Amino acid sequence: MSIHNHPKKAKEFVSNDERMHWHDKALWFVREKRDKASKSIPEWEKLREYAQQIKTHTMANLDKYLLEFEENATKRGIKVHFAKDAKEHNEIVYNILKEHQVKKVVKSKSMLTEECHLNPFLEKKGIEVVDTDLGERIVQFRKEPPSHIVLPAIHLKKEDVAKTFHKELGTDENNSDPTYLTRAAREHLRGKFLEADAGITGVNFAIANTGGVVVCTNEGNADMGSSLPKLHIACMGIEKIIPRLQDLSIFTRLLARSATGQPITTYTSHYHGAIENGEMHIVIVDNNRANFLSSNKYKKALNCIRCGACMNTCPVYRRSGGHSYDYVIPGPIGSSLATFRDPKLHKTLSFACSLCGSCSNVCPVKIDLDSQLYNHRQDLYEKNIISTKKRVVMKLSVWVLNSPILFSILGKITRKIVPLIPKKIIYNRFNIWGKQRDIPNMPTKSFKELYKEGSIDVK
Amino acid sequence: MSSKEKILKEIRKNNLAKDMGLPAYINFGIKFENPYKTFCEMIQSVGGDAICIKEESLYDTIKKLYPNENNIASNLEELKEKFLDTNLENDPHNLNTVDLAIVKGEFAVAENGAVWVSNKSNRHRALYFIAQNIILVVKKEDIVNNMHEAYEKIDFDDLTYGVFVSGPSKTADIEQSLVIGAHGPKSGYVIFLE
Repeated sequence: MSIHNHPKKAKEFVSNDERMHWHDKALWFVREKRDKASKSIPEWEKLREYAQQIKTHTMANLDKYLLEFEENATKRGIKVHFAKDAKEHNEIVYNILKEHQVKKVVKSKSMLTEECHLNPFLEKKGIEVVDTDLGERIVQFRKEPPSHIVLPAIHLKKEDVAKTFHKELGTDENNSDPTYLTRAAREHLRGKFLEADAGITGVNFAIANTGGVVVCTNEGNADMGSSLPKLHIACMGIEKIIPRLQDLSIFTRLLARSATGQPITTYTSHYHGAIENGEMHIVIVDNNRANFLSSNKYKKALNCIRCGACMNTCPVYRRSGGHSYDYVIPGPIGSSLATFRDPKLHKTLSFACSLCGSCSNVCPVKIDLDSQLYNHRQDLYEKNIISTKKRVVMKLSVWVLNSPILFSILGKITRKIVPLIPKKIIYNRFNIWGKQRDIPNMPTKSFKELYKEGSIDVK
Repeated sequence: MSSKEKILKEIRKNNLAKDMGLPAYINFGIKFENPYKTFCEMIQSVGGDAICIKEESLYDTIKKLYPNENNIASNLEELKEKFLDTNLENDPHNLNTVDLAIVKGEFAVAENGAVWVSNKSNRHRALYFIAQNIILVVKKEDIVNNMHEAYEKIDFDDLTYGVFVSGPSKTADIEQSLVIGAHGPKSGYVIFLE
C-alpha cells in the first residue's frame, strides 16, 4: 500500500475554496450546538470526569468485563463470538449469514464494519448489503467512504445528493430539497428493510452486568433493521464494554450532546435478546485494540465513544475534509488511532494538527488528544520514519531553541531583515506555508525585551 | 488457542490502565422545579410534542389529533377493543400498513424529552418504528428529572428489549437540514394522563 499523504489530499480539498469554507462553517455550527448543550448541564465537567473514570476502570479490568458480558449475554440466548482481527470478524459474520441462507442484509452505521471492510467482503460472496443510515446510503451509492463518523456525508452538498439519487432512485435531478430527498430514501429503504433476511448493527455500549448492547440512532434505522428480519448480528470492538447498566446514564447524557448538541439521540435502543423466534449474535473484535493498553502514551485513545466532537472542533479537519485522512476514523482521534496502528502508513497524520488543544477540551471522555499527536511526532522522529525535509527542519529548530543566545540573535536579525525583503522572495515555491498565509508584521521588540521593560502585564 | 483466549491474553499482557474505581450516582444530576414543563420544552426542541389530558378523554384526543388515520394499532389495555391488536399478528412485516401506533410508555425523562418504552405485553418491537406516526402514553406522575434517576427504574431481568424514544425519527444528513421522519414515525406525541 502506498504511504498516505494528508497534505496532498488536503490540497485537493482546499482547491475548492468556496466548498472548503462551507464545510468549515457546517462543522463549526455543530460545534456551537455542542457548546450550547454542554452549558445547559451544570454538572457537565463532573460527567466528563465520571466518564473518564468509568472507561479507565473498565480498561484496567477489560478481561474480566468481557467474560462477564459473554456470560450474561449467553444466559440470554445471545450467541457471542470473538474475532482477533478484521478477517476473522468478516468470516464469522459471513458464516452466520450463510448458515441462515441470507441473501439480503440491511446494515446500520458501524465504524467497525467499515474498518473491517465487511461490505466488499460480503458483496464478493454474493450477498447484497444495504447501508441504511441516510448519510451512509448516500456515500454507498457514490462508492465513497464516510467522511465523518457521525455525519458521513457532511462533505456533500444537497445538489450532489440530488444527482446521486436521480441516478440511483430516479428522483427529479433538479429537486435538491432535503425533505424531498429524504422521503425518497425513506421509501426506497423501507422496501429494503421489509425484504431483508438479516440486520447488522454496530454497538455504542455493551453492558457487562446485563449482557445486552445499546445502539443510538436518530433515524431509527438500527431498529427497523433488527426488528423485522429474524437474524440480528451486532458487531463491536472490545472497548465498547461498560460495567453496569447505570453507567449508561453518564454516556447517554454525554454522547448526543457532544456529537450534535441534541439532549439525547431519538432512539437509544437496549438489545437484550432476539425478536420472537429470532436469533441474535454479537461479534467482539480486537483487531489490534488491546495493544493500546500497553502504551502509557496512547492507552486513553481506547476510551473514545465515537461522538465526533474532536472533528467538529478541529481547525484542520474542518478545512481539509474527512477523506484527506485516508483512515476509517478521521480527525484528531483518527490521527492518533491510525498512527499508533501503522505509523509508517499514516506518518503525515500527527502533523495535521496545530496543537491548539480544542479537541481535548471538548472530548467527553477527556482523551489527551493533542498530547497524543505531539507524542506521535516525536515517536516518528525517533523511529526515523518522517520525511527528510521535516527531519532537517526539526534538527535546526532543536539547535536554535537549545541555545538562548543564538535564538535571541536570530530573532533580532529576523525582526530587522524580514520587513525589508520583497514579498516575491518570501513567498517562493519552497515556502509551502506561505500559500494562503501571510507572515505577521514583525514586532520591534521581542517578548523577552518587553518583559524586562515591564511592559508585559503579569497577574 | 482460541481467538477469545488470544484476545484476553493480549489484554492482560502489560495492561497499563490503572483502576480508578466506579462512580456512585447517589443524588447526582440536574433537577427541575417543574419536570413536566421541562419535558414539554425538551420534546418540542426535538420535533415532538406533549399534551396532558384526563384519562377518560384519551380516545377522543387521539381521534382529534389524527382524524384521517384509519389503521390504528395499540397495545394499551384500555384501547385494545377499539383499535388493532398487533399482538394477534404473527409476522411484524404485516405492521407495515399501520398509520398510527399508540403505545405505553413507562416513564418520561425531563432533561431530554425521552420516554422509556419496554413493555413486556408488546409482541413486536417493530411497532415503535414501522408505524407512520406514534403516540406514547405516559402517566403524568411518572416523570423523572434525569438519566441517573431513569436507569434506577430500569431492569432487564425479564426483558429482551427497551428503548428511550425522544421525538419522531429524524435526520440531518443532507446539508445539516433537519428532516423529521427518516425511517421511523413522521410525527410523534407524548400524551400524559392525569
